[in-house]
Amino acid sequence: MGLKILTEHINVPGINTFETYRKMGGYRSVEKALKTMTPDEVVDEVKKSGLRGRGGAGFPTGMKWSFLAKPEGKPRYLVCNADESEPGTFKDRVLMEKIPHALIEGMITSSYALGARTSYIYIRGELMFVLRILEKAIAEAYAAGFLGENILGSGYSLDLHVHPGGGAYICGEETALLESLEGKRGNPRNKPPFPAVQGLYACPTVVNNVESIATVPWIVNNTGEEYAKIGVGRSTGTKLISAGGHLNKPGVYEIELGLPVEEFLFSDEYCGGIWKGRQFKAVVAGGSSVPILPAQLFLKTAEGTPRLMTYESLSEGGFVSGTMLGSGGFIAMDDTTCIVRNTWNFSRFYHHESCGQCSPCREGTGWMEKILHRIEHGHGHMHDIDLLVNVSKQIEGNTICPLGDAAAWPVASAVRHFREEFEWHVKHPDKATAPGAVYRGAEDLAFA
Amino acid sequence: MAKITFDGIEVEVEDGTTILNAARKIGGDVVPPAMCYYTPLKGSGGKCRACLVKVTAGSAKDPRPMPKLVASCVTPVQDGMVVENTLSPQVMEARKGIVEMLLINHPLDCPVCDQAGECDLQNFSYAHGTSATRFEEERRTFERQDIGPLIQLHMNRCILCYRCVYTADQITDKRVHGVLGRGDAAEIGTYIENVIDNDFSGNVIDVCPVGALTDKTFRFKNRVWFTKPVDAHRDCPKCAGKVVLWTRGNDVLRVTARKNEYGEVVDFICNECRFEKKEVADWTIEGPRHIARASVISANHYELPVINPQIIADLPESTTKELNIIPRPY
Repeated sequence: MGLKILTEHINVPGINTFETYRKMGGYRSVEKALKTMTPDEVVDEVKKSGLRGRGGAGFPTGMKWSFLAKPEGKPRYLVCNADESEPGTFKDRVLMEKIPHALIEGMITSSYALGARTSYIYIRGELMFVLRILEKAIAEAYAAGFLGENILGSGYSLDLHVHPGGGAYICGEETALLESLEGKRGNPRNKPPFPAVQGLYACPTVVNNVESIATVPWIVNNTGEEYAKIGVGRSTGTKLISAGGHLNKPGVYEIELGLPVEEFLFSDEYCGGIWKGRQFKAVVAGGSSVPILPAQLFLKTAEGTPRLMTYESLSEGGFVSGTMLGSGGFIAMDDTTCIVRNTWNFSRFYHHESCGQCSPCREGTGWMEKILHRIEHGHGHMHDIDLLVNVSKQIEGNTICPLGDAAAWPVASAVRHFREEFEWHVKHPDKATAPGAVYRGAEDLAFA
Repeated sequence: MAKITFDGIEVEVEDGTTILNAARKIGGDVVPPAMCYYTPLKGSGGKCRACLVKVTAGSAKDPRPMPKLVASCVTPVQDGMVVENTLSPQVMEARKGIVEMLLINHPLDCPVCDQAGECDLQNFSYAHGTSATRFEEERRTFERQDIGPLIQLHMNRCILCYRCVYTADQITDKRVHGVLGRGDAAEIGTYIENVIDNDFSGNVIDVCPVGALTDKTFRFKNRVWFTKPVDAHRDCPKCAGKVVLWTRGNDVLRVTARKNEYGEVVDFICNECRFEKKEVADWTIEGPRHIARASVISANHYELPVINPQIIADLPESTTKELNIIPRPY
């Protein structure tokens, strides 16, 4: 059994109540930080831990905290990004639903470190039931003196609010989230200025993911050095992986970073192998926005090195033969999966969720979806395949926020790795569009 | 002050200046196009991505190149920054892509569009676009909306630059329109049918880079290249009263605000000046309007783009050759 930091007590009955959470050692980090540590010391521990943002980008959390501008008479804010909505990613929801006090404890400790007096949890509007769980937990924390004025007599005060969003994927982008939190249309902002300089209400702000914040209490309790000992290289600590798709045991797993991907995929402790013993075809390792990888490139790199569940190992080979750990939204696909249909499905999502603010994303996501729709439905042409790649290149890197990249990468990588499947759809539209039809290999391409 | 090198030309600008405005200080053909940025409008820019440039060195302190192309209209300069615009094939390729994206759903109805001849998208696509489209799908269309007797909204032509929204937000006291919806279904609208009739609402026509918002009082009356623009003014209690009259014979067909060489309004004008004063007698005529911008209106004037002569003088010969700069009087 691997080490569990976030999910150690997740199955304890009543862990969602303050009383049980406290009995299991909860809120110790608040006591330790507020009574024995200065805010800078807490930041230092997080820096030493090597914790990287668990929302997807993997930016070092401690470094992000240290970028926060000096107050200069303005308040500072901590905003928790709980707008988890990437297809395939559902880890934060489980954490908030099952063990809400872990997040609240993390928010208090982190807010203290950052000097924030008001903090927000921005949650996806659809998760109303989770919002109610969090509100109840916050009320319990207030009643116990862990929130509000003069927490534990330390002189530090904090107000914590939960704010439901409108249910738009783009509001998971940190600056769009801040716009939405301010009551405006959820459009991403141009950077610079970054939120650390001008964030919520133009004040210095840190936006962190649920999982990152919930990890902070363990780091404070056990020191950053201890946390840094877990994992491999620059990928320290544990990570929640939401595993879905054609797996025997889909679910949310906490793994120690550095776990071999083969063990994660096939061992009974984790995913238990591919559903019904079918053949493993492809995987999306970090949420639908990361490049798709065929099975052989996922298990071993192009150089033949076995891959590990780390930021570095999964991205080895760049976008030619690698992918990203991203948010940990792991989607496995067996040999009954039609890659073209799957790519079209992802593309539909990004087309629908583009905010429409900048031209390449607004127009390009729709264009890609239409081309994929044509190919999938038997009306494609050979030149459409190259056109798809070209349009994705026109979007990638040219947009205000990373949604453009998120829309372009799955398409470009699907064509790169499964081009013959696209060609089969174009060459044999009658076969490709038949119910349950899936490209099975080179013989399908040669047939007829 | 910060010194930056833009397309091989060194220029010194004040701290906080954007790359685009630094390029405008040089002038001429090296200036990146801008479809959404509008100097008088706070917060505009960064949306159309037409002004993307390559930063090959971030600053003297940190000379690493920036990983992606950046929007020059919203990126401030740093001392020692090196920027490539026309010299970068990557930028030119990206710009070609932006034109294609903008034209995907924009109808090519220039022959019947009132903006023809003074359309930023026309100029942009002429400079950076290709002659054919690869878009085979049906174009996006919107339901017709009536926003009052003065302004015609033609949503199908809109490129969602947000300029009209910023204008209404910043210079009128009763904004009734904005962007509704998301993605390529986003549209300019009044949500529940409403009339845009504020005293300064007519300015949304001037700031629109395409023919999405046009003047109903001028609609289909003439083509701009048949009209004669003259500068004129009047004592107006609401605005500066400095305008351009677009005349044909003795008729004033249209009144607009005066724009600078980048198509930006110098002084916003009120609706009374724009829509109600259509007699020559209402105005004090100053003289013919000089149309400086690349446009069909200034066709046959044979004016070459001008680059600041002080900057040219400091350039090595190799750079002037590469950029095809011919020294001439400023």
